[in-house]
Amino acid sequence: MIISEHWLREWIDLDADTTELVRILNMGGLEVDAVHPAGPQLDNVIVGRIVSVENHPDSDRLRLCQVDTGGNHSVGIVCGAPNARAGLFAPLALPGAELPGGRLVELATIRGVDSSGMLCSARELDLGDEADGLLELDDNARPGQSLHDCLSLGDSIIEIELTANRGDCLSMLGVARELSVLTGSALNHPALPIIEPENDAGIPITLDSPERCPRYVGRVIDGIDAKVRTPSWMSERLRRCGVRPVSAVVDVTNYVMLEIGQPMHAFDKDRLNERILVRQAREGESIELLDGSVNTLDANILVIADAGGAVAIAGIMGGEYSAISVDSKSIVLEAAFFAPQAISGHARRYALHTDASHRFERGVDPELPRIAANYATALLQKITGGTPGPVIEAADSRFLPDPKPVAVRHQRVNRLIGVDIPRQDIEAILSRVGSQITDSATGWHVEPPSYRFDIKIECDLIEEIARVRGYDRLPASVPTIRLDRIDASDTNVASDRVKSVLVDRDYREVITYSFVDPILQHRLSPEEREIDLKNPLASNLSVMRSSLWPGLLQVMIDNINRQHRRIRLFEVGKTFHGTVGDIVEKERISGVVTGTVWPEQWGCRERGMDFFDVKSDLEALFALTQLSDRFSFQRTEHHPGLHPGQAAVIRKDSSEIGYLGRLHPEHQRALELPQPVYLFEIELSALTRQKMPEYTGISRFPAIRRDLAVWVDEAVSAGELLDLISTTSGEYLINLELFDVYRREDIDSKRKSMAFSLTLQASSRTLTDSDVESIIDRTLRELHDHYGAELRT
Amino acid sequence: MTNLPTQELENLVDKIRDELGGAEKITDLERLRVAYVGKKGVLTQQLKRVGSLPPDQRPEFGHAVNEAKKTVEALIDERRSLLSDKSISQQLRDERIDETLPGRGSRIGGLHPLSRTMNRLIDIFGKMGFDVADGPEIEDDFHNFEALNIPPNHPARAMHDTFYVAESTLLRTHTSPVQIRYMRDHKPPIRVIAPGRVYRCDSDQTHTPMFHQIEGLAVDENISFADLKGVLITFLRAFFETHLNVRLRPSYFPFTEPSAEVDISCVFCSGKGCRVCKRTGWLEVLGCGMVHPQVFRNVDIDAERYTGFAFGLGVERLTMLRYGVDDLRLFFENDLSFLRQF
Repeated sequence: MIISEHWLREWIDLDADTTELVRILNMGGLEVDAVHPAGPQLDNVIVGRIVSVENHPDSDRLRLCQVDTGGNHSVGIVCGAPNARAGLFAPLALPGAELPGGRLVELATIRGVDSSGMLCSARELDLGDEADGLLELDDNARPGQSLHDCLSLGDSIIEIELTANRGDCLSMLGVARELSVLTGSALNHPALPIIEPENDAGIPITLDSPERCPRYVGRVIDGIDAKVRTPSWMSERLRRCGVRPVSAVVDVTNYVMLEIGQPMHAFDKDRLNERILVRQAREGESIELLDGSVNTLDANILVIADAGGAVAIAGIMGGEYSAISVDSKSIVLEAAFFAPQAISGHARRYALHTDASHRFERGVDPELPRIAANYATALLQKITGGTPGPVIEAADSRFLPDPKPVAVRHQRVNRLIGVDIPRQDIEAILSRVGSQITDSATGWHVEPPSYRFDIKIECDLIEEIARVRGYDRLPASVPTIRLDRIDASDTNVASDRVKSVLVDRDYREVITYSFVDPILQHRLSPEEREIDLKNPLASNLSVMRSSLWPGLLQVMIDNINRQHRRIRLFEVGKTFHGTVGDIVEKERISGVVTGTVWPEQWGCRERGMDFFDVKSDLEALFALTQLSDRFSFQRTEHHPGLHPGQAAVIRKDSSEIGYLGRLHPEHQRALELPQPVYLFEIELSALTRQKMPEYTGISRFPAIRRDLAVWVDEAVSAGELLDLISTTSGEYLINLELFDVYRREDIDSKRKSMAFSLTLQASSRTLTDSDVESIIDRTLRELHDHYGAELRT
Repeated sequence: MTNLPTQELENLVDKIRDELGGAEKITDLERLRVAYVGKKGVLTQQLKRVGSLPPDQRPEFGHAVNEAKKTVEALIDERRSLLSDKSISQQLRDERIDETLPGRGSRIGGLHPLSRTMNRLIDIFGKMGFDVADGPEIEDDFHNFEALNIPPNHPARAMHDTFYVAESTLLRTHTSPVQIRYMRDHKPPIRVIAPGRVYRCDSDQTHTPMFHQIEGLAVDENISFADLKGVLITFLRAFFETHLNVRLRPSYFPFTEPSAEVDISCVFCSGKGCRVCKRTGWLEVLGCGMVHPQVFRNVDIDAERYTGFAFGLGVERLTMLRYGVDDLRLFFENDLSFLRQF
């Protein structure tokens, strides 16, 4: 809602300057978005009256105007405006004036004729869009007066961001009324006129859907002159409030709406067929609206119809055919009450958000239509002339809002706000807010005024009490903490701790959108069924991610394009699976890495990161759970995103919890990634529980280390050997490390050697040489039997 | 004859002194030690001569040999300590490094700034006794809107440009649905925050289609608006680590009544007025209010017995204010040059 401060102050006498007014509005819940002057300063721009117009001796288009500048002075101005005519009051920029946009006005000689200034259009003065002619000022302007004063450009435009519950404040009257509640200052009620009928012209009005439109007021005015110019005081106010002037009749209806809050419409009576009927649209009925759009309606929407068909969408927009034109002679004014639920949603569905629908959705005072019809009649009579018929009202009182008194308990007020507010203070506030207030045993009964659609229950009025008293006057306290429910689990691993492991290992956390490019996602996981957005912002953000990899890869690509070469990223977030009705969200931790193992530095041999560097990062994560031995990596050749020879499925016990691998070289090439990329993704839930530590004693007896190197076939995996050694070596094995992998391509390309160190220790005695020998012999034998391993000598 | 053995001893000691003076290595010294004062060393052997001497000379000679041994051992020790000092200082010279060379090995990464802020929020509210809850990001219309007193066609829905995945399945537009889920599953007293991602179909300089909120909820028998005010003031002052001014302005959310927006005195100009606060001296940071009785009814909590407050704050907004980030979109561009500043 945009208000003009001058206009507003016609409705209320406030002892507050603009700054204070803004503060009151803000602290009352009418948030002020911006305050700016109504127009530019315009020094040296005055009101001029054109005394005479002659043709320019040397131009067909230009004319020479004598312009009265007040005090019996006049000056000659060369002007090309088509509407320049004797008697016209128009803005005159004198030499020295600087126009908005920086143009400096000077004495000039235009094709041999002196011009002592410049007559201006609205556009040239930044007072509107009109650029085709001079800005026409009202006849009561005074030549020589500064334009700033004439149009009171010192006015402030105050933009208020109204909340959806305060439709009652969508007018000057509404804001003034609210200020009266907030400050206690009395509202000025400028006498809104009642215009008696001058003839009996009318039109039958029928309410076919009274629960949606329980009141419709119409009035016929004959003999108007629709061609007249809207007076500049009115068009200037419309402009200030962000409404584009259209024509006198439309401007009057908009003016009434802005001033008192009743949206109105005017029909050309000669274009209406017999009658007005407010009814549901017929399914498939079509209407061309004022904005030129042709809409096919469904039966849900309320229309204004005549005997022929729909002529307007009720409360949203009028139809093109029945609209006022410059030739209209006879009009029907409409001022109705439409139930908010009959309007809300429809405007959005037809993408027709209008000033009218904005108000009706939020609720317009049902008592306003008759007042508005009279006020508009009075304004029209002054501007367009015409003779009004009687006000015709169709109403169905069964469906008009019937505000019920709302009970307010004093004790509840104090309890909810948290402070004792004296009885008389509450009464003072309620009597300003409500239309009727009576005492009750526990407090009061308050009847909300007809324009307050947001006051229905007790807490609505408690808010009013708090609001009018001022939130800044209410105390602050802190609730007492209950110390009898402390949650301090010893087996949780906070997800933040999980993140810290990666951060400490030189990973950078990123956050990417949960919706990703389907092409990229499909490339990495073609089998996954994706959840599509019905209304994505862009095609590359149109499916919910089923893996964090697409987002991470995109960030990697972006950073490579920013000239980074060594990149280590991770993200924690949800992935989305299944189908609507059965959607599963999984929280995952995923990473992508590329580049060298170490950041560039002295004294380290540079080496590209590989599978095992990343694997050790994951092993660190698993160590958080104290259950490292329950995690395992198994080769998989079937992940479509990963290199079939460098990919593992990760399991915790028997359940699959993720993947680690190198990005498939095909994808690497397609994504134009310059170096190998490794990816991992793990279910976060596999990492966020840890085993509670349990002390088992420390052996006081010496530990014995034996190293064992064997040759095996290339196809045998380290994991198989490690598993077998662990199980065969038995209870005395306290540590097992694989410390070397060795190949002699020149001698034997089909075999490799792996070397293990076994640390053996007993808890109750010193192991003898024969104990150790028998363990090593047994282990070697098993290795040989299962995998053909031969001792490397 | 009588002085001869003693004289010999003295000559021997002088000879040994000369030899020791020429020893340049600990190993040379060790060899000399063995040769003269070892078990079979020359000096040690002199003791064997004692028996061949007249009885009256024996004690004197024995004493002299022992003295000579002591002298030689002392000379060896002296020389050893000299040599060892020399070798340590040589080692120190050899092992000198340039301590200003950079440290070797891995570096450290970092959390995303939004995580950093969320961690601080969880920490601050945790100290005030708030647990952390979670909820789905793909929500249904009921939890995201209806249960929060936002029926279909409510004008407030226009503020929530909603992404849909199906007719009434959507990406949550705020973290408030977690309120509903949490109150269904837990009975008062309730004190919980719910951080998470939210989505709105909007993208321009000041909007991203995904952002983060933290929802807060406290329900008990006597939770008041004053408590809400107190908790938020405490939180904001803790978060910004300064005694900033906080003001609550009346506002409207369908699921709270009374409702408020919360402003803090501008952290860039201390409330004097600058470009960031649009010369008002105030910055809007969050929305809040007392839980609407209809919301309590929707989750079967007795609205007469219990009262509660709820608030929702934007993590991006707080992060921008805290660290002076001037473009929301930076958070999701994930430029390493940006991320490394946190």
